[in-house]
Amino acid sequence: MTTTEEKNAVRVAGEPYLELPDDLYIPPEALEVFLEAFEGPLDLLLYLIQKQNLDILNIPMLKITQQYMTYIELMTQLKLELAAEYLLMAALLTEIKSRLLLPRAVKTEEGEEEDPRAELIRRLQEYAQMKQASEALDALPRLERDIFPAFVDTDNISVQKPEVQVTLLEIVLALQGVLKRAEQISHHVITKEPLSVRERMTDIMAKLLPLQSLRFETCFNQQEGRAGVVVTFLAILELSKAELIDIIQEAPFMPLSISPRENF
Amino acid sequence: MNEIDALKKTLEALLFASDTPLSVKQLQEIFPELERPAKSVIVAAIQQLNSDYANSALELQQVASGWRFQVKSEMSPWIARLFAKKPPKYSRAILETIAIIAYQQPVTRGNIEDIRGVTVSSHMINTLLEREWVKVLGHKEVPGRPALYGTTKVFLDYFNLSSLDDMPPLQELQNLVTEGELGV
Repeated sequence: MTTTEEKNAVRVAGEPYLELPDDLYIPPEALEVFLEAFEGPLDLLLYLIQKQNLDILNIPMLKITQQYMTYIELMTQLKLELAAEYLLMAALLTEIKSRLLLPRAVKTEEGEEEDPRAELIRRLQEYAQMKQASEALDALPRLERDIFPAFVDTDNISVQKPEVQVTLLEIVLALQGVLKRAEQISHHVITKEPLSVRERMTDIMAKLLPLQSLRFETCFNQQEGRAGVVVTFLAILELSKAELIDIIQEAPFMPLSISPRENF
Repeated sequence: MNEIDALKKTLEALLFASDTPLSVKQLQEIFPELERPAKSVIVAAIQQLNSDYANSALELQQVASGWRFQVKSEMSPWIARLFAKKPPKYSRAILETIAIIAYQQPVTRGNIEDIRGVTVSSHMINTLLEREWVKVLGHKEVPGRPALYGTTKVFLDYFNLSSLDDMPPLQELQNLVTEGELGV
């Protein structure tokens, strides 16, 4: 450590020290606030470079490292909790400085040895670019601050939901159609077969499941006559009531169809 | 009343009634199938409608998710006084993070940390996800499968942009430090 650094480190926390560069001196009580303004070590480094109009592409490592270390010392003396990233950067700066001081190693085959600062410069530039971009973003007009969408209150308008429910009347009308046709074809029935609604429900489900959808009319076997049609109709209503099927109509006056409920 | 005037009126009503921007496609689909105007007709009507508003306090603005009516920016100081509440201010940490995501997407949290030189807290990422400014686009196929983040339409809408191309251009790397005012 040089003597200047030692002096700064010792005396700064006590009284403002005259030999401190003007732009570096910050009253201790202000430092806490000040440090919160930095978004990390890269931001602090950028500030130091900017403050002194240094060339980012040709950073004087000794100068910048000394200044950076002074800030770190200040932060430590003020017992601020130092984020590990700041210490890591201090180590990196010291490393670069020492590599610059050391005699050059054997040159690589390409002839040029990479500047130890190159990686740091790349990171500083990349950060500076994104920092600038974030400032530009902040300056954009935005909702809640500069932009206020205009819209009217529509709460008092009652919204008419499209009719999706099948009315009972439509079911009855569909049934009448089927019955009418059944009457025209049906023959005189002599032997009475007991028709079970429950059995018919099973039949319909068995017919419906592989197909997933059936036209309402095709559920009926018109050969069974009026009684058969009624039993089938009751079975469909029962299935609908048990929420095993849905009775669907695509649009008003369109043919009805049935399909099994999703969760069945 | 001719057809285009009727269409303009309908669109005006729809855009005012909606509290979110409406795309041309959304507007088109509101019309019954048989009388659905072509998209080009809707666009033309929107443009006419917007010029009708030239002398008013309102304007039609196209943002990422569609068109919306908004108060002209020169009137916004008045609105700000009406609400008399400080608009939300975003921390530099949030702004830097969202800028990196916007300009370099898709990015992982690690990428953001590399550029900013500090840890990016989960809290910050969660805030951005909750605001729906960013979303997870996928996972990088490296050990740990970190999430890849990108910006959303909500983000663009918020900043009055219709696409990422409208973002302010990035400054050249060389000029950054000499030109930018980086004072604290």
